[in-house]
Amino acid sequence: MKAFSALLDALVFAPQRSAKLRLMQRYFRETPDPDRGYALAALTGSLSFPHAKPALIRALVAERVDPALFALSYDYVGDLAETAALIWPARGGPAEPPRLAAMVETLGSAEKGTLPGLVAETLDQLDESGRLALLKLITGGLRVGVSARLAKTALAELGDVEVAAIEEVWHGLDPPYTRLFAWLEGRGARPAEPGGLGFRPMMLATPLEERDLPTLDPADHAAEWKWDGIRVQLASRGGEARLWSRTGDDITLAFPDVIAGAAFDAVIDGELLVVRGGVVAPFSHLQQRLNRKTVGTKLLEGYPAAIMVYDLLAWDGEDIRALPFAERRRRLELWMERMALPRLALSPLVRFTSWSDLAGIRAAARGDGIEGLMVKRWDSTYRAGRLKGPWFKWKREPLTVDCVLMYAQRGHGKRSSFYSDYTFGCWLEDAGGTRTLVPVGKAYFGFTDAELAELDRWVRAHTVDRFGPVRAVRPELVLEIAFDSVHLSSRHKSGLAMRFPRVSRIRRDKPAAEADSVDALRALIAPI
Amino acid sequence: MEAENGQRDDPVTGSDDRPPAPHTRLLPNWLKLTAQGLWCEAGDFFIDPGRAVARAVITHGHADHARPGHGHVLATPETAAIMRIRYGDRAGGTIDPLPLGEPRRIDGVTVRFVPAGHILGSAQVVLEHAGTRVVVSGDFKRQADPTCQPFEPVACDLFITEATFGLPVFRHPPDAVAVDRLLTSLSTFPERAHLVGVYALGKAQRLIALLRAAGYDRTIWLHGALTRLCDLYREQGVFLGELALCSGGRRKELAGEIVLCPPAALADRWSRAFPDPVIAMASGWMQVRQRARQRGVELPLVISDHADWDQLTGTIREVTAPRVLVTHGQEDALVHWARSLGLEADALSLTGYDDGG
Ligand SMILES: [Zn+2]
Ligand SMILES: [Zn+2]
Repeated sequence: MKAFSALLDALVFAPQRSAKLRLMQRYFRETPDPDRGYALAALTGSLSFPHAKPALIRALVAERVDPALFALSYDYVGDLAETAALIWPARGGPAEPPRLAAMVETLGSAEKGTLPGLVAETLDQLDESGRLALLKLITGGLRVGVSARLAKTALAELGDVEVAAIEEVWHGLDPPYTRLFAWLEGRGARPAEPGGLGFRPMMLATPLEERDLPTLDPADHAAEWKWDGIRVQLASRGGEARLWSRTGDDITLAFPDVIAGAAFDAVIDGELLVVRGGVVAPFSHLQQRLNRKTVGTKLLEGYPAAIMVYDLLAWDGEDIRALPFAERRRRLELWMERMALPRLALSPLVRFTSWSDLAGIRAAARGDGIEGLMVKRWDSTYRAGRLKGPWFKWKREPLTVDCVLMYAQRGHGKRSSFYSDYTFGCWLEDAGGTRTLVPVGKAYFGFTDAELAELDRWVRAHTVDRFGPVRAVRPELVLEIAFDSVHLSSRHKSGLAMRFPRVSRIRRDKPAAEADSVDALRALIAPI
Repeated sequence: MEAENGQRDDPVTGSDDRPPAPHTRLLPNWLKLTAQGLWCEAGDFFIDPGRAVARAVITHGHADHARPGHGHVLATPETAAIMRIRYGDRAGGTIDPLPLGEPRRIDGVTVRFVPAGHILGSAQVVLEHAGTRVVVSGDFKRQADPTCQPFEPVACDLFITEATFGLPVFRHPPDAVAVDRLLTSLSTFPERAHLVGVYALGKAQRLIALLRAAGYDRTIWLHGALTRLCDLYREQGVFLGELALCSGGRRKELAGEIVLCPPAALADRWSRAFPDPVIAMASGWMQVRQRARQRGVELPLVISDHADWDQLTGTIREVTAPRVLVTHGQEDALVHWARSLGLEADALSLTGYDDGG
């Protein structure tokens, strides 16, 4: 348990991806089975302790700590699990704290009635860092900034295999993953890929560089719309269905409308969207449906979801991923015709004759939930991961708006000595004609290292006020902000929320008074 | 000698028509709270006054306790040396070194310094007058520290304690945990410089001494603001091993090395020249993760120069004082705890203290 809690403690503070990978690799290398397997399960969100709720922790602490002291402490720390871990009275526990595996197995199989006693007993045996790890583990939120994908990437580097090779077998494995580690360490065979309803790791595209176009033959490529939703995989067999996210999370229960009637034997790849009366709604509508475990009637009716289908991976028990895209597409069209499912639509191909022709089509596309184009080689087989060559994404030109820098905040890690997070605003005119700046967004990328240094210098030289790590600056610097789309939002003061804002240019040439207005930004809201 | 601003500060105890603040009930009538800090009327001196005064008794060399410009300063010889380094000519008109343990009679009051275990030369002030003994803890801790003498509990009638970490969530792990964490990070990231933010007085030297005790024998690199005080510790016989100033061009060559600097330098342009630095910080505040994250720290090291909750409560029990005044930090929780024990306790608001932990 010591090694695991030390790992979590290090991960939560490590800002860089590379540092997180190094920390996980060291842990996986140095920790024996089955502890490391349970740690992997915790990091990939594959463990659950349904009876462990925050109320249980609160109750356990209340039995041991003066309520006034607890209240003062909670107020100060601000996080229940951390407060509980810190304030838990030390017992001078045993010399050897319990092993992670033993803890997971005991607490995971505990009945609701016996769980509190077991949790308390375990907490008594741990130090502060171990207590926090345990509490975060059982209440289901490690919050150490590690995605399942990143944990698998660490494993892949450890075993010198592709992440895709791990993802292909992942959904056939269970904690504590001893066969997986045996394979990665060259002590065992590669575990078998799951068939049927299991998740098949997705094929991803790389951005199309326009300078590459002359080297590509339009006749070798198909084009289709890149829809602005989330990539999903739908597998169905024997009357059962599973909906998977791009990262292999099972999101079936949140989308009963999509899988209703999915009684077929096939695996399809597509884009999950909100579609009303055949019209694709903007991404913000889909967001209402995301990150929910289940869904109520109101949401189902207000935000009906559907899939725009891109690809067919298996049909009637036959895995067709090794066939070329042209053949998969032919079968997909055939399959769609036979199925005629209400919540599935075929993503249409975009016909074009030359790259300039396609560029024109791309420039004309606005709204309708389109993010840009996908360009795929007709002969591309379906392979996991992001390979350069077979598939390209060609996003629409971003929208831009000229904003005024208002606040800057110090970054983290490598950037902790730089003011690198920028809040910018647009002009808002009131009834009396007075113009004030209203914050419309925040950006912390898009600039080069040289531009970052320039912005940092500018911020330090134009500070008018400080609040902790934040500086207010003289409203004099105009930044051109690029973004993918803008939506109405009640959570923001300006009433608007931008998607993927980034600093595209520093406009020293432009006076702040000539920056854009909130109204101009509002005019860019995607039509519905 | 006159105080720095050329005027003698007279104690201001508040006009007589106002009711006394609740804490004054617990102070003996010869000890008063004034705008400048705690004033011993019977001996006419202040303890750690927040502004320049005619006569000051100083517990230790941290800037929020030892201010420049006093007329007469009574302090341990080590604290006196620290003040001379920090303030030069402004350290005080006359500096009167009083070794730990030696009593000094000032008018009708007996004053004695007793080790506080906080930093080199740090002391509690024991005051005896009219049959009453008062102990002013200054800043203190109970953990072993190779750079200073350990805290000695003194039984008293009134204990005036600090409470920088006066919440039960502050229970500092053994120093070895932090040292181990730093050394583990060095071996995990041998290509990155490890920049550790430390307070220049006390924390820096203690961390160095802890690293030496753990067997780390490479050169430890110092920001310029730390060198003079490290030299002083060495002159006082504290073993710090090989130290070097990391100036200008050297910074980019310090991959895999430990570099100590004041906390402010971590966020400063100074830190940029280092190869992909791991930003670490040695402080008791690092115990609360949220707080550490706000500071952009990648490697928080819980090493505190102040008593944690268990040390505060343990010390209050040990000194067996029926009356406790809590100052300088998180007073509420400790006052609540002391009262629940049946002690008379209150917060004593001394302004101007600002402790780094
Ligand atoms: Zn101090
Ligand atoms: Zn202090």
